[in-house]
Amino acid sequence: MRAMVYRGPYKVRVEEKDVPVVEHPNDAIVRVTLAAICGSDLHLYHGMMPDTRVGMTFGHEFIGVVEDVGSSVVNLKRGDRVMVPFNIFCGTCWFCARGLYSNCHNVNPNATAVGGIYGYSHTCGGYDGGQAEYVRVPFADVGPTVIPEWMDDEDAVMLTDALATGYFGAQLGDIVEGDVVVVFGAGPVGLFAAKSAWLMGAGRVIVIDHLEYRLAKARTFAHAETYNFTEYDDIVVHMKKITDHLGADVAIDAVGAEADGNLTQHVTAAKLKLQGGSPVALNWAIDSVRKGGTISVMGAYGPMFSAVKFGDALNKGLTLRMNQCPVKRQWPRLFEHIRNGYLKPSDIVTHRIPLEHIAEGYHIFSAKLDDCIKPLIVPSGT
Amino acid sequence: MAYTSERPPRAESSDDLRARIPGWGVDLDPKDRPSVPKLRIQEDRTGAHWEFPERQEEKWPRERSTEHKFLTPVFGTSCPPHGISGAMRRFAYRKYSEARAAHWLLLLAADRVDAGEQHLRSLLTTRPDNPITQTGVRSEVFAHGISARIGRKRADVRHHPLDPIIVAAPWVVAAGLVVKTVRSVRRRRR
Repeated sequence: MRAMVYRGPYKVRVEEKDVPVVEHPNDAIVRVTLAAICGSDLHLYHGMMPDTRVGMTFGHEFIGVVEDVGSSVVNLKRGDRVMVPFNIFCGTCWFCARGLYSNCHNVNPNATAVGGIYGYSHTCGGYDGGQAEYVRVPFADVGPTVIPEWMDDEDAVMLTDALATGYFGAQLGDIVEGDVVVVFGAGPVGLFAAKSAWLMGAGRVIVIDHLEYRLAKARTFAHAETYNFTEYDDIVVHMKKITDHLGADVAIDAVGAEADGNLTQHVTAAKLKLQGGSPVALNWAIDSVRKGGTISVMGAYGPMFSAVKFGDALNKGLTLRMNQCPVKRQWPRLFEHIRNGYLKPSDIVTHRIPLEHIAEGYHIFSAKLDDCIKPLIVPSGT
Repeated sequence: MAYTSERPPRAESSDDLRARIPGWGVDLDPKDRPSVPKLRIQEDRTGAHWEFPERQEEKWPRERSTEHKFLTPVFGTSCPPHGISGAMRRFAYRKYSEARAAHWLLLLAADRVDAGEQHLRSLLTTRPDNPITQTGVRSEVFAHGISARIGRKRADVRHHPLDPIIVAAPWVVAAGLVVKTVRSVRRRRR
């Protein structure tokens, strides 16, 4: 089969690989019909995540058709059109039993601090991902769901991570009616978090970024008030000014490990790998939110230490909430929202790239060329 | 404002927002939010029909965190450890827990060694690594690389010049070492 393969920092190519096989009785083999590149894939692509091995296939956002199932699979059959959450989870460990699917304890031998994620380094379990023609899907009875007839493929693939994560991020903000919510980052997760904040009753939604084309999208897609931080000497002071010096009630970090806005932080983290991530957006969130406010962290960070302004968070009495999104827990409600027309996730898709051209896709997304917001990957023969 | 007890006035009422934004407030009640409360017993077990999953066959000694009691019943089988990088990875997993910086720094170092090993190995194949095609840099031409950066008030443009250095540096260093070694050998022979 054809599959994207990591060749070292900033380098990927498409190679011929063996079609995956059933390795556990509850595995399924899925023929991928549509995948996506996630902003967090860029952390792998840039060599930031420890134990990212040359030869791995990335991709944790994908949908497809079931080609084969293991002997104990009862909920799926060959030919089913399925969407697969980015979390790999067993359904019965202490964490899964309580709905923390992203924290499953039975799928990642490499680390206890994170669950299993498709195509996301050995730190997340060493599973190949879906930027390929086929992918092994463990716990086929637990994770995947048959895509409803009425749902578009592009909406379905956005539900496997980006939309669910943005929606989850807004929930972690504990938004109450009329709250001022500031979202750092106008990428896919930030756009969905901003949109979701309205569903939860926000009174004002502000989005901060430095890419004008993404801020324009935040205005039209997410009805948000936007600011480009490069236009202000200090975006935190500006945030105080526009909130009557109170600060926002809720701040959502939808940027994560490669945040810009402070060259030293960015270079030490993203280029020199001396931090788990550049916490510029997180620090701005801490300083922009009001005392007693809530921070929701959706941006991905590596497992190493980062220079976070923890003292400010303490002194302001903030509530810091975060997790990888337990995707499947969000789906029933998100299906309703899509069906009711409140959300149209595929509206943020900007690029549809053949798998054979995935190296260009990564570069375009990474360098933010061609007004790229969300690139989809179309496997050969689809 | 912040200096008095009054909350700053809202720019728009809830009714105005409901009229302007599709779906405004449909999840206002926390009971409608699927991840509230955080810990909630999932009665349907999301389809699982076991107490503890069957174990996947371990086809080679699978590296695992020292913080785990045992090898998890299911695990990924991509890219088994090999070579010097594999030895470094096995050591990092065997010796240090996730709590230790040494664990992660060793794994990061192994990633760089792995890339070097694989690049060298690729030179012995019919398809050696190609930094032009693999970096996707050709998209700079058709995806408007210059106009995407100039006059756009982008903060990341300042560090973009570092990227080619990161990609090329290992090759330049390796080439330098080869030249230095060859010269040193020649001098000794003289």
